[in-house]
Amino acid sequence: MPHNTVAVVGAAETTDLGVITNLSQIGLHADAAINAMKDCGLKPKDIDGIACANETPVQLAHYLGITPTWVDGTAVGGCSFMIHVRHAAAAIEAGLAKTILVTHGESGKSRIGNPARSVHPQSLNGQFEQPFGPMGPPSMFTIPVLRYMKTFGVTEEQIAQVCVVQREWAAKNPRATFKTPITTDDVLNSRMIAWPFRLLMCCLVTDGGGALILTSAERAKDFPTKPVYILGTGESVETPMVSQMEDFTTSRAFRVAGPTAFKEAGIKHSDVDHLMIYDAFAHLPIYGLEDLGFLPRGEAAAFIAGRNTAPGGKLPLNTNGGGLSYMHSGMYGMYALQESVRQIRGTAAAQVPGAKVSVCHGVGGMFAASGTIIFSNQAP
Amino acid sequence: MATPGRALPQPTPETQFFWDGTKENKLLLQRCGDCSKTYFPPRPFCPVCASKNVSVLQASGKATLYSYVIHHRPVPGFTPPYAIAVVELAEGPRMMTNIVECPQTPEALQLDMKLEVVFEPQNDSITLPLFRPAKG
Repeated sequence: MPHNTVAVVGAAETTDLGVITNLSQIGLHADAAINAMKDCGLKPKDIDGIACANETPVQLAHYLGITPTWVDGTAVGGCSFMIHVRHAAAAIEAGLAKTILVTHGESGKSRIGNPARSVHPQSLNGQFEQPFGPMGPPSMFTIPVLRYMKTFGVTEEQIAQVCVVQREWAAKNPRATFKTPITTDDVLNSRMIAWPFRLLMCCLVTDGGGALILTSAERAKDFPTKPVYILGTGESVETPMVSQMEDFTTSRAFRVAGPTAFKEAGIKHSDVDHLMIYDAFAHLPIYGLEDLGFLPRGEAAAFIAGRNTAPGGKLPLNTNGGGLSYMHSGMYGMYALQESVRQIRGTAAAQVPGAKVSVCHGVGGMFAASGTIIFSNQAP
Repeated sequence: MATPGRALPQPTPETQFFWDGTKENKLLLQRCGDCSKTYFPPRPFCPVCASKNVSVLQASGKATLYSYVIHHRPVPGFTPPYAIAVVELAEGPRMMTNIVECPQTPEALQLDMKLEVVFEPQNDSITLPLFRPAKG
C-alpha cells in the first residue's frame, strides 16, 4: 500500500473519562464520534464509512444517522482500532469510501449496556484453559512473563519500573486517572494479583471512548485541523490461547505487524520521535520494544529502568500515562491512537517537542492479535 | 484443589477422543502421518500442513514447567493462592494445567522442573489432566 496518502482529520475522546454513569456503551461511542465530527467540522451525512469493534457497524450507523458505502466490524480485542485504521486507509485508497469514522465506546467500569463476556465451554479456550482457573486477563496475559524473566534475567523490580515511569508521564496529564507519583516499592508492595504481578502492574478499569475520522491526504488540506498522515500500517494474529503462543518470550503477532508497518513507512527506528505501546500490563512495553525492533531481545526492561522512555529520555513512550495510569476501558487501543494523534498535532498534555513521527502499537486478547500504525505530520 | 464449581469443558466431535482418553488415565495427542508434527489442542488435521492423515498417540505424561502465575483472587473451584501453569510435554506440545502435590509458592515451583501427569476426575464424563513433581 502506498503510504502517506490518507490522513486523520478528526480525533476526539469522550467528553469525560473514568467513571461515567450517565451514558451507556453505545452512548459513549456517540459522544466520542460527535466530538470527532465537531473537531473537523463534519456532520453524519458527510461520513460514508464506519468501523467499530464492541458494537456492530449496523448499530452505530443507525444510531449516528450514517449511510455507509463501507463498513468494518473487525473485533480482535484492544488493537481492533489500529486494524480499523489500516483497513480504512486501504479503503480510501481503493475508492470504497471518502470519509471514514472509526469509533469506540466502552462502559468497562460501570458496565451499562456492556454485557459481561463469557468463555463458551465448547470453545478451545473453554475446554483447554478455563478449567485450570484463569479469571480474565490479569491471570492469563501474565502467564508468559516468568519464562521471559528467567530467559533474560529480568527482575520484578525492573518490571515495576515500567509502572513508575509511566506514572511520571501521567502526572503531566490532567485527564489521567492516576497522577500521584509512585515508587518501585509502592508497586512491589501493592496487592498481589497473580504472582509476579501486583495491582499496580495491571491496567485501570474505566469508562470512556474515542473516535477518529480519516480521509485522503489531498482532501485533508481543506480541513480546519492539522493533518496527521498515515505513513505505515501492519496487522496480524497468532492464537486465542495464551498457552499456545509459539514462544513465551516474544509475540509472533507483534513481530509481523510492527515490521510490516516500518517497511511500509520506509523509516528507521531512529526516525521515531514518539512511541505508544499498548500496556494492559507492565510487561507489554518490554515485549513491544523488542518485537518492534527498537532493542535486541532481553534488553528492554533495563532500557526502561534506565529512564530512556521517561520524561526527558530519548524515546518518549506512553506519554499519556498508558493503560496503567491514564485510562483503560478494556479495549485500550483507541486511547493510544488518540495520544499519537495529539503528539503529531502538537497538542498533547505532555508534548514531545517537535515530534514528527509517532509509532502506535496495539495488542488484542492475550497476545492474540496486533496492529501497528505509524503517523507523521510531514505532508506527502 | 478438587473443590466443586470449577469451569468444566464440554467436548466437541473433534475433541471427544481426548476427553475419553483422560477418563481412562491416558493423555492423548495427535501426530501427522505426512510431516510428523505432534500437536495439541485436538483437531482432525495437521496445523502445519493441513493433512488429514493424522493419528492419535498416547503421551508419556512427562513434562517440564514452562511458565505460570500464582493466582491470588477467588475463582469458583479453587482456593487461592493457586498456580495456573503451562507445561511442555516431552512430545513437544504445551498445555495449560494446574500443579498438584506441591506447595503453590515461587520457591517450590521452579521453571523447567520435571513433572508427570495425574488424572483428576471431576464428574462421570470429565477427567482433567493435572501435573505433579516427577517421582524418581
